[in-house]
Amino acid sequence: MRDDFLEIKNVTCGYPGGFMLNSLNLTLQKGAFAGIIGRNGSGKSTLFKSITGDIKLTGGSVKLDGISLSGLTLKERARRIATVPQFVETGPITVREHVLMGRVPWLSRFSYSYNKTDNEIAEKYINLTGLNKLSDNPLTGISGGELQLSAIASALTQEPSLLLLDEPTAHLDIHYQAMIMDMLYSLNRAEKLTVLMIIHDLNLAGEYCDYLVMMKDGKICADGTPEEVLSSRNIMDAFGADVLITPHPVTGRPVILRNPGNRPEQQTINDSMPGSVQLSYHGN
Amino acid sequence: MKYTLMLSISALLLVLSSLFSLVIGEVPFSLADVPSILSDPSSMEHGILTHIRIPRTILAMAIGGSLSLCGVILQGIYRNPLVEPYTLGISGGAAVGVTLAIVTGLAMKGIPLSFFGFAGALVTIFLVYTLSIRNNRMSTGKMLLIGVMISFISSSVVMLLMSLTNAEQLHGIIFWTMGSLNETDNTVVFTLLGISVVMLGVTILFAVPLNAMRLGEAKARHLGINTTVIIRILFIITSLMTGSCIAVAGIIGFVGLIMPHFSRLIIGTDYRVLLPSAFLNGAIFLIWCDILARIIISPNELPIGVITGIFGGITFIIILSSRRVKPRLA
Repeated sequence: MRDDFLEIKNVTCGYPGGFMLNSLNLTLQKGAFAGIIGRNGSGKSTLFKSITGDIKLTGGSVKLDGISLSGLTLKERARRIATVPQFVETGPITVREHVLMGRVPWLSRFSYSYNKTDNEIAEKYINLTGLNKLSDNPLTGISGGELQLSAIASALTQEPSLLLLDEPTAHLDIHYQAMIMDMLYSLNRAEKLTVLMIIHDLNLAGEYCDYLVMMKDGKICADGTPEEVLSSRNIMDAFGADVLITPHPVTGRPVILRNPGNRPEQQTINDSMPGSVQLSYHGN
Repeated sequence: MKYTLMLSISALLLVLSSLFSLVIGEVPFSLADVPSILSDPSSMEHGILTHIRIPRTILAMAIGGSLSLCGVILQGIYRNPLVEPYTLGISGGAAVGVTLAIVTGLAMKGIPLSFFGFAGALVTIFLVYTLSIRNNRMSTGKMLLIGVMISFISSSVVMLLMSLTNAEQLHGIIFWTMGSLNETDNTVVFTLLGISVVMLGVTILFAVPLNAMRLGEAKARHLGINTTVIIRILFIITSLMTGSCIAVAGIIGFVGLIMPHFSRLIIGTDYRVLLPSAFLNGAIFLIWCDILARIIISPNELPIGVITGIFGGITFIIILSSRRVKPRLA
């Protein structure tokens, strides 16, 4: 297909004697808003690393817009792909400096300072993320949500065509979760920015993503629209969790509810043996 | 701008300190007399100025600047505030080289001690570099540990050699390790200053990568910076600079540890200005340490390493605790 933007073909990579991705295939269209879901250790981050180049491919290829990434220099790669890591590093720099760092791949070799355009682009994303009042604060002096926003602003300042985010809403309150997802969604729609994120919150995944990839044991076990992927059977298969799926009353998107039928019953204290605790389970 | 002003102040202070260093000492001059002394080669003052004070001042400038610059870069690439130019074992290697030369009597054969110091430093740099590369990747954590281990091994070897030697040689070894700015060969001194200024220029070209590495190697790589190559180049530059300094002046401690921190406190962590600032401040600091070493028990002289440790350490603690500043670590 001509619209194939990110093409991951037969990718094999991993850690010697450890976790491996084996002949993995994945294709994303330009302008997709895609999510990768799966249990911890299912290969989501390794898949990311195969795209960012943090891990060497032992087989297969990753192409972006028809260009093989393995043939690109780190700098050329950084002009196309920006990453927001799971744990954003802090340091003794201001929010503005952090955001401006996104211009580093666009600086010419050995250049010493950012030009007017660089500053304007950084300013644009500082404003978009609402960090304008904090732009002179050090990263060590802002909240976790603000740090995440700063990392996103920095990645956007890179002006990538593909934005990778590793759990952008983990550890954040519902306000920041909605704010960050809304912002990414509107950028995706307005500027055709292709977004691929690892996401643990299945409800957020179902609400925002238009394409979902479900991973298990280093393989893709399901992919498609949220309605297709987020079935109780798939979730039982990939996560071993018993869930109920119901359409959202407003959007009609799938909403995942845990099935309480399988939950450990309340702790009961055995009167004859004070202090001892017994857990009893339904079903088994 | 703010940074230009601060760098200008440092540069001005460096000039004033150097001039002060030229006129103070056992035989004090007035600054106004300096031109006339220089034009009269027959006077005793001329000899003092050109053979003692000028080389010492230039050497203090070159070595203070270099060690501080190396310290600020190494703390940056290892993201560790306790790293200094000697952490990677370069000083230990140089000490082994010098001690061996003294103990075996090689030093008596007309070859300068600095040659053996530099050779020892080179061997260590080679060892640390090759041992820490695996699969063409360089692990900074491993490199640091290997450097520290080589330091320990070297100091044990030095002690072993010291225990086998006689009192006169022992004295020579101890004096070398305390460091000294007594180098009267103007060629050596000006060459070292030239090298250090050129290296300052070269390292400033790496300011943007160093800035990006403030948030870790992974972040820098995602910004398109080949951190493996950058770290290798900077390691080799700083090691050779440190090795040259040790070869000429022995082990002058502390400058490379505290002047980077002091510079970060006053100018921030942006390497574009931090590198020149660290160089200037290191140079000023060592010039003043040398002045103190010369005047405290005049006409005798204290080892410079003693002054850098005591004077530098106390000053730094005072600054750190009085300003209630949060130390800006690497």
